[in-house]
Formats: sequence, C-alpha cells, structure tokens
Amino acid sequence: MSLKAFHVFFVVISTLCALGFGGWAVADYQRTGRGSALLLGILGFAAAAALVWYGLWFLRKLKNVSFL
Amino acid sequence: METAIPHLVEPHPVTGIPNGKFGIWLFLASEVMLFGALFSSYVLIRVGAPHWPPEGGLSSEVLNVPLGTFNTAVLITSSITMVLAWASCKMGSLPKFKLWMAATVGLALVFLVVKYFEYSDKFHHGHFPSHDNFYGIYFVLTGLHGLHIVGGIVVNTYLLTFGSKLWNVDREWFTNRVENAGLYWHFVDLVWIFLFPSLYLL
Repeated sequence: MSLKAFHVFFVVISTLCALGFGGWAVADYQRTGRGSALLLGILGFAAAAALVWYGLWFLRKLKNVSFL
Repeated sequence: METAIPHLVEPHPVTGIPNGKFGIWLFLASEVMLFGALFSSYVLIRVGAPHWPPEGGLSSEVLNVPLGTFNTAVLITSSITMVLAWASCKMGSLPKFKLWMAATVGLALVFLVVKYFEYSDKFHHGHFPSHDNFYGIYFVLTGLHGLHIVGGIVVNTYLLTFGSKLWNVDREWFTNRVENAGLYWHFVDLVWIFLFPSLYLL
C-alpha cells in the first residue's frame, strides 16, 4: 500500500473522528448548556466537511500516482 | 569493488514493492501489536473498574478536551503537510518538499509543546502515573505516543537536512525514503486519532 492509499484511509478515519467529536460535543452541550461545547461541536462538523473537500481535492491532484 | 544493494527503487519480484517499503510495513505491523496490547490492557482495566476515572466525574472533566482537540487538529494537519512533501518529490520540486517537510516538523513540535503544558498541569496538581489506573494508562499511552512523535521528528529532520543530499544522487530513492517516513508518520497520527476519543471523551 502506498502513502497515497494510506493517506486516503487516514482522511476517511479523521473525517469519522471529526463527525464523532461533533456529535459528542453537541451531546455535551445538551447536558451542560456550555456555549464552548456547542462551539467545539460546530468546529467538529466544519472540520469533517473540510476533510471531505480536502480528500476529493487530494484524489484529483494525485490522480496520476498509483495506489500501490 | 562496490556492492550494490538490490531493490532500493525497483520492486522486489516476490513482494512487488521496494525493500524499504516492505521493511516499514513490517515495522508498522509490530507497532500495531505494541499499541494493540496496551490498548487492550486499557479496555480490560476500564471495564473492570467500578468508576472511570476512579476518582469520579468524567474523563472529559479530568483531561483538557480543548487542548486535546487542538493537538488532534495539529496532527491531522501535519499528515496533510507530510503527504504534500512526498507529492512535491513526485512532481520533482525539492524546494516545495523542504517547505512542506519543515511545516510537518514544526507542527510536530507544536504538538509536543502542548503536551508539555498538559503534563505540567497534571504534575502541578499531583497527578502522576502512580496516582491511579486512569493516570497510569493516560501517561503510558500518551507518553509512548509522544516518544513516537520524537522519533518522527528525528527522521523528518534528517530528510529535511542532510538526507536531502540524496536528491542529487537518486531522486526516486529519496522519494521512496520520504514515502516510508510518511507511512510511519501517518501511523503515529492514526494512533492519536484512536487515543484522543478513547482517553479524553469516552
């Protein structure tokens, strides 16, 4: 497996982590009512969206490099 | 008489990849076993504990979630700069490689500085690894991960400085070395992606 393939895997896992973190932070906000938790949740979901955009950009940029 | 080391650049007929890449994957397999064993220990200790953390409260109240989140973002960004350093080699640009690799090393140092402040705060409040199982697990897992970050900094700094002379001798060989370092760096970052929610959030 090349670094390209491993990086795509890494971005997918990171995106899932960001989504999970966003969900955790929103649940924490509902439990405690702290505004900082809501802000972290929004940042988590924004990071997930940014990672999806980046992953697609990366695949386009390195389309001529092998996955092996 | 000079002896040439085979399969530095061209794939080995048996594995289908250069020897360096095969070696780094073998090494990463052993790393999976190392962190897997420690992670399993953490799970077993945690499910057997009546309260986690033992002192009461939640992990997210004991550890600093905003700092952990910041460090997670730093490491994810460093993986992106690392792969861009490798891509720059692939596209034949050494100056861009140096730029992205310097950013990778810089971000790794930022991670360690933040970790230093986190550890200092814990020590200041008398929370050492011997305090209880929670802090024992926390310091062992994050400390071992931190040592891996230091190892990555050493390798990446070498490639950024003295090691980059290989670019003038054999560009493909140098690019393969950067790729191997990148595989290691991604693995270390991936370990943190699992450690952060397990230790800080759950």
